[in-house]
Amino acid sequence: MNAVSSRSSRATSAILLIIMMVFTIFPLLTMLATALQPANSTPSGFSWPAHPQWHNFAVAWVATNFMHLLSSSVIYVVGVVPIAVILATLAGYGLGHITIPGGKAVTLLFVFGLTLPAEALITPLYYQFQSWGLLGTHWGVILALIGLYMPFGVFWMRTHFANSPVELTEAALLDGASAWQVFRQVHLPLARSALASLAILMFLWTWNQLLLPLVLVNDPSKGTVASALSAFQGQYSTNIVLLCAAAFIVLLPSLIVFLIFQRHFVQALLQGSER
Amino acid sequence: MSYTKSADVSNRSRVGHLDIDQRAPKSARWLNESLGVTSRKRKWVGVIWVLPALAAYVLFVLFPLGQTVRYSFYNWDGIGVATWAGFNNYVQVFTQPELISSIVHSFILIVFFTIIPVFLGLIAASLLQRRRQGAFTTVTRTILFFPQIVPLAGAGIMWSWMYAPNGAVNGLLRAVGLGGLTQQWLGNFNTALPAVGIIGVWLSLGFCTVLFLSGISKVDPATYEAARIDGAGAVREFFAITLPALRGEIVVAVTVTVIAALESFDVIYVSTQGGPGYATMVPGVEIYRLTFLNQHIGAASALAVVLTILVLIVVSIIQRVGRGRD
Repeated sequence: MNAVSSRSSRATSAILLIIMMVFTIFPLLTMLATALQPANSTPSGFSWPAHPQWHNFAVAWVATNFMHLLSSSVIYVVGVVPIAVILATLAGYGLGHITIPGGKAVTLLFVFGLTLPAEALITPLYYQFQSWGLLGTHWGVILALIGLYMPFGVFWMRTHFANSPVELTEAALLDGASAWQVFRQVHLPLARSALASLAILMFLWTWNQLLLPLVLVNDPSKGTVASALSAFQGQYSTNIVLLCAAAFIVLLPSLIVFLIFQRHFVQALLQGSER
Repeated sequence: MSYTKSADVSNRSRVGHLDIDQRAPKSARWLNESLGVTSRKRKWVGVIWVLPALAAYVLFVLFPLGQTVRYSFYNWDGIGVATWAGFNNYVQVFTQPELISSIVHSFILIVFFTIIPVFLGLIAASLLQRRRQGAFTTVTRTILFFPQIVPLAGAGIMWSWMYAPNGAVNGLLRAVGLGGLTQQWLGNFNTALPAVGIIGVWLSLGFCTVLFLSGISKVDPATYEAARIDGAGAVREFFAITLPALRGEIVVAVTVTVIAALESFDVIYVSTQGGPGYATMVPGVEIYRLTFLNQHIGAASALAVVLTILVLIVVSIIQRVGRGRD
C-alpha cells in the first residue's frame, strides 16, 4: 500500500466527513447562538454574541411554563409505553412462539398496518373521541398511540419470539411448568434486549409526536414536547431570541437522554428500521 | 444466555424483508398440546395472547381507517348531514390542482429524503470504513445521528430560522460575497420546496450513514484485506465488496425514507404550513387543512385513501425490486 496516496485519501475522507458533520450540527449551533443574543434584539446570520445572555434561558423557562410542559409529556410516555410494550409482547409471543389458529392471517393484518399514514386516521379519530368526550384530554392521544404502535410492536416481538429456542420450552414443560410460567420465567427474561429497544423507540415516538396532540388536544400546555415547539413557532414569531431559547430548552432533555443512552438509541433505531 | 446471541444472528439475516413466513418451531404440535392449545375445545385459548393487542389495533387503527374510506364517499362538513358523493371526491383529488400537486410534491421530496442521503450515506460510510476505529469515527457517528432524535417540529424551527431573511443561510452567502443570491428561501415560490427538501437531507443523511456502517461492519475484514492485496483501490473496493454487501441495508434505508417523504407532516406544518400558496403542500398537511380548517371531510378522506394506497404500492415495489436480485 502506497503511503502517500493512503495519507491523502485519509485527508480527503476527513474533510468530507467534517463537512457532513458541520452541515448536521450547524442549525443547532445557530439556534444556541441566537438564544444567547440580547433579548428582543433582531440578530442576523450566524454570529456568536459578544456577551452571551445565559439568563435568556431562565426567561424562556418561565415563559414556556417548562415544568408543566415536561410533566405533560411524561404523562404521555407513562400512559403509552408500558401498556403498548406489554400488549405487543403478549401478542408477539402468541403469534411467534405458540402457533394459534389464524395466526398467519392476524400477522398479515398487523403487517398491513406498518406503512399506514397516521394522517389517514386523524379525521375519524377526532370524531370518535369527540363522541366519547375525550377531546382535549390526555386519554385520546394515549389510546390512539397504543393502537398505532401495535403493528410495529407486535411484528418486532413476534420476530424475536419466533427465533427463541424451542428446546427451552420443551425442557420447561417437561419440568411441569405451566404455559404462563414458560413465558414468564423462560422467554421473558431472554427477550430483555428486544424489549428495551422497543421501549426506547416508543418513548422517542411518543415524546416527538406532533400530529395527534395537535388534533386531539389542541392545547400546547397539555401537549407533547413536539406540539409545544410547534405552538412556540406561532407564539414567539416576533421574538426570535426567545423562540430559539425556548426551543433549545425543550430540545435539551432529548439531547441529554440521547448522549447518555447513545448506543442503545442507535441500536434500537437501526434494528427497528431493519424489520 | 448464549441462546440470545444465536437468535440475534439469525435475526440479522432477514434485514429489509417483511418476512412473515418464518420457520415454525419444531415439534409445534406437541408443544401446542402441552401448552393447551390444540385440543378442539381449548384450541382458542391461545388467542387470548393476541386479543388485547388486536383490540387496540382494530379500535384505534382499522376501524378509523374504515371510517376514512366511508367518509371519502360523502360530502360532509363535520357537523351537518352528510350527502352521498359517489366518486366525486376522488375525481377532485386527481383534477383539483392543489390536491394533485400535493401528491406530486411528496414524490419530489423523495429526491431529498431518499436519493441524495442514500448516495451521500454510501460515500460517507465507505470513507468511515477505511478509517481506523477511534475517537474521530465515534464522534462522527454521534453527530451524524443526532437529527434522528430531535422532534421533527424542532427541526422545522431550527431550519425556519436558518432560512429567515436575516438568518444563517443568507448570512453565509453574504460572507462569501454572494449577497446577490440572498432571499426569503421559504417564502419564495421557486425555492420553498427545495429548501424544505434540504431539511429532509439533513434528517436522513446520518440515519443512512450509520445504517450502512453497521452493514459494512458485518463484512469479514479479510475480504477487504484480500482486495487490497490484489491492488484494488477505494473505488473498485466500493463496487466489488461494499455495494453488494449493503443491498439489504439500502432497501431498508430507501423504504424508511420514502415513507418519511410521502407521509411527511411535521416539518412542513411547522416550517411553511404548505405555503407560499401551495408551493410546499404535501398530502399530510392538506388532509389536516381540508378537515380542520375547510371542513371538507370527504375530500380530505379521499386524499387520505389515495395516499395510503400510494404508499402501499411504492413500498411493495421497493421490497420486490430489493428482493428480486437475490
